[in-house]
Amino acid sequence: MPLPTGDTIGILADNLRLRKSVLPIPAGVATRWSRGLNLPRGGETVLYTGMMYQLIPYIAAMSKAQGKVEDSPLANFVRLGRMINKVVNISGFMARPARDMQVRYDGMLVGIARLLEQAGVEFGYLYEEELYSGALVYDLGVDDVFAQHAREVYQTFRKKGVKNVITVDPHTTNMLRSVYPQLIEGYDLQVRSYLEVLAERLPATGPAPGGADVVIHDSCVYARYENIIEPQRKLLAAAGIKVKEPRDSGKFTLCCGGPAESLFPKKALERAAIRVAQLQAVSRQGVTMCPICLVNLQKAAGPDMNLRDISEYLTQGVRP
Amino acid sequence: MVQVNPGFIDQVGQAKTFNAAACMNCGVCSAVCPMGIELLPRKLFRYVLLGVEDKVRENSATIYSCLLCKMCEVNCPAGVHIAENVRTLRYYLYKK
Ligand code: SF4
Ligand code: SF4
Repeated sequence: MPLPTGDTIGILADNLRLRKSVLPIPAGVATRWSRGLNLPRGGETVLYTGMMYQLIPYIAAMSKAQGKVEDSPLANFVRLGRMINKVVNISGFMARPARDMQVRYDGMLVGIARLLEQAGVEFGYLYEEELYSGALVYDLGVDDVFAQHAREVYQTFRKKGVKNVITVDPHTTNMLRSVYPQLIEGYDLQVRSYLEVLAERLPATGPAPGGADVVIHDSCVYARYENIIEPQRKLLAAAGIKVKEPRDSGKFTLCCGGPAESLFPKKALERAAIRVAQLQAVSRQGVTMCPICLVNLQKAAGPDMNLRDISEYLTQGVRP
Repeated sequence: MVQVNPGFIDQVGQAKTFNAAACMNCGVCSAVCPMGIELLPRKLFRYVLLGVEDKVRENSATIYSCLLCKMCEVNCPAGVHIAENVRTLRYYLYKK
């Protein structure tokens, strides 16, 4: 029996309404990446993680648990799970993230912050006051819960005097830049992806010589929703990476399958395997720019392919 | 027998933004869909316009398995807002 769609969506929506995140994680875990960086608290310009990179190790653990539940008699208990979840955070029991994965994903955020600093960008961080953007609940169509949450996120920025938001992943960029303005009257935040911010500040020296061949996997959301296609290529070229294009790329990129993960984990993996085959036909080294793409494609590729987040390639030249 | 509910499009809630009527049934969307979703948007959106509510409910798994990746949309010659239409149907199903 597949996962009961309505109850699974219900658990995610209840979590967002009651606990402000689809998968509630301790505040200390969400902000751990920033330890030792001495980022100012708040300010007119903030780096907004939207918690996606911090959530991925939990989502991976959760999806492993869900994969076991899908097609097993345990799927019958998802309804009961939703009822219990209203009182106790059941995701906390189900999802125990792998430590090495947490260290790696935290490291990507550290890398992004260092790249921005190196490029001379002044920014702060909201630490434990930062909220998840609500992207997954929006995709699942739970519009009323999402709209309420979006207003809370916006109010948090307003109270802190934030005017410019630098995002780190495509889904959060899309929510804050294109979806929130349709829901919130007078919305006035300037929202840009760190890739755009960095690309704008690149010195006009042209591509660095040498470097490895790396196949690029564009995120559908960056490419088709936000039209962010060139900044990542310019940045990689400037870092000395030879970017290779797979069969479907840029505006016509093929989805990693990740959005099906929360309800149809097996279908998500099948889609990812098809994309991995396209990427591997070009190179065994791949670059992604969305943590959902990275985790989903890596799961399908196994040890046959070395996939890395774009921040990991770009920080190769930045001292630890 | 097929039950038709002429007010269905209004119940879906956002009749103004649900722009499936522009679809000319060319089939490009189905051909490029990475999920191989044959039903969306050509048939399912048509069911909404025709008011065949049961067909929409019967196919909720299809509606939720869409990746909202917009591969169909970027290839659609009629400019149908396919991903937003799918989200609209999800909202309707969630409310039911
Ligand atoms: S590609 Fe556009 S016009 Fe063609 S069948 Fe699909 S929705 Fe209709
Ligand atoms: S948005 Fe949905 S229907 Fe369109 S190509 Fe992607 S998965 Fe298929």
